[in-house]
Amino acid sequence: MKNLVILGAGTSGTMMANHLVSKLPKKDWKITIVDQYKTHYYQPGFLFLPFDTYTEDQVKKEGKKFIPKGVYYIQKKIDKILPEENKVALEDETLSYDILIVATGSKIAPDETDGLLGPLWKKDIFDFYTYEGALALRNKLREWEGGKLVVHITEMPIKCPVAPLEFAFLADSYFKNKGMRDKVDITYVTPLDGAFTKPTCTKALNYLLKEKQIKIETDFAIMEVDNDKKAIVDYVDREIPFDLLVTVPTNMGDEVIERSGLGDDLNFIPTHKHTLQSKAHENIFVIGDATNLPASKAGSVAHFQAETLTDNIILYTKGFKLKQEFDGHANCFIETGNNKALLIDFNYDQEPVHGTFPFAKIGPLKLLKESVFNHWGKLAFRWIYWNMLLKGIPIPFVGRNMSFKGKKFDIKADN
Amino acid sequence: MKKVIANREIDVNEEGYLVDFKQWDREVCECIAGECNVVMTEKHWEVIEYLQDKHHKDEPLSIRGIKKSGVINIKEFYELFPGGPLKKSTLIAGIPKPKSCI
Ligand SMILES: Cc1cc2nc3c(=O)[nH]c(=O)nc-3n(C[C@H](O)[C@H](O)[C@H](O)COP(=O)(O)OP(=O)(O)OC[C@H]3O[C@@H](n4cnc5c(N)ncnc54)[C@H](O)[C@@H]3O)c2cc1C
Repeated sequence: MKNLVILGAGTSGTMMANHLVSKLPKKDWKITIVDQYKTHYYQPGFLFLPFDTYTEDQVKKEGKKFIPKGVYYIQKKIDKILPEENKVALEDETLSYDILIVATGSKIAPDETDGLLGPLWKKDIFDFYTYEGALALRNKLREWEGGKLVVHITEMPIKCPVAPLEFAFLADSYFKNKGMRDKVDITYVTPLDGAFTKPTCTKALNYLLKEKQIKIETDFAIMEVDNDKKAIVDYVDREIPFDLLVTVPTNMGDEVIERSGLGDDLNFIPTHKHTLQSKAHENIFVIGDATNLPASKAGSVAHFQAETLTDNIILYTKGFKLKQEFDGHANCFIETGNNKALLIDFNYDQEPVHGTFPFAKIGPLKLLKESVFNHWGKLAFRWIYWNMLLKGIPIPFVGRNMSFKGKKFDIKADN
Repeated sequence: MKKVIANREIDVNEEGYLVDFKQWDREVCECIAGECNVVMTEKHWEVIEYLQDKHHKDEPLSIRGIKKSGVINIKEFYELFPGGPLKKSTLIAGIPKPKSCI
């Protein structure tokens, strides 16, 4: 009997368990999955919690419910991976593996920025990348009377790179609906040279910021948070004052990766970008936010990766060459407020473009254009997530590789 | 796209970044630096070499990486290449502009 061990039962790990249970012969393989927490969070919902759009119950469920029969589920903390011995040390037991899939994700590391965890943390400074952070921010927003709202990204990469911009858009709508938009001054601060992480998007979508009167500060590499002055300060002493700071702290892989000596500076694991095999060990595979790949850290990306990785695991068990298949495909809805959203579709090489999705000319979803349909798409994603994505059911008509049908290659990335 | 740099035709992309590192040398480097209003000093060269080395090893470049480079700290990096230091320094070093990794 051989052992396949999956570390992390978040989006990626859960999908892999569901894919593999029906593909690996039961008489030969035992599949085990490990996670420290009982609760599985729907992280995309954290964007909506602060604005009272979603309730707590809509974004969390018991994780075990999504682990298929036939897969052993262990709820324990992972202490260390011992790649030379093909073992994983949990808090009080050790597992052996023939194949290891690392799906430990990424999380915020606010202590990486000086002053962020100072006296203003959770008083006037909040994150919305954690369940607790999003709830604390909701409570703050319920009673906030206005002032300078600064929405800020510390450094790239972050998971769901468009979420902070969506937050700014939704904040605009939220304050409008509360009849207090005139009391709020919104500034979006990014370390990049434009609001969107992709140049074609910045070009096509900058009008949105103007329309919503959101100010933008680019190329801002934060040095510290000055708690006395209530300002964020960068390396050329640019100061941006705030009354309420909503920040996305540095995102890092879990400490277990660092303890195991498997990661880079940010605890992300060097991974082959087309096969998802780790660079250092051929029987260790990596998926989702835990990789160092130049692809978006997003659930939709992990979903496409899971299909390629499943095939590659099977090929690996049979001693065949791995498929060089994964192309960095990402497919993200971007909420723009007022019940509208955008949809973007891109990969490692191809920037987002205009067109329709998933069917050429028909849509119904429009790429890079605001529409109500896209907004429904985003809301439907929660249902799809719990009922299809986690279970590894393919999303109809959306392929693992990016399709070039129905797309207009009309915007050049030249800035 | 071709651009004349240091009296030579050099292949560059739309943003002016060199497409073929083999065409880079110190002369080309100083010319591009001049266009960016940067006067190369010993320290500048040290940073350029560090960036090229990282690039050739396929290691991603980031502001954070600079902090741990052992070559300079971030404040100095901004002083050497005012404006967008990573964008400018990679342009001068003849290597691709770091991707923002969306
Ligand atoms: C605010 C926000 C909005 C988002 N919006 C979108 C969106 O609209 N669309 C989209 O596609 N994606 C979105 N995402 C991103 C998406 O949620 C992630 O990319 C996805 O969850 C990654 O899955 P993963 O399995 O790699 O990591 P995770 O789902 O984070 O799972 C990692 C798991 O590993 C476990 N783990 C880690 N270390 C240990 C340890 N030492 N011991 C035991 N267990 C451990 C954790 O407990 C966790 O359960 C959003 C994320 C955020 C934060």
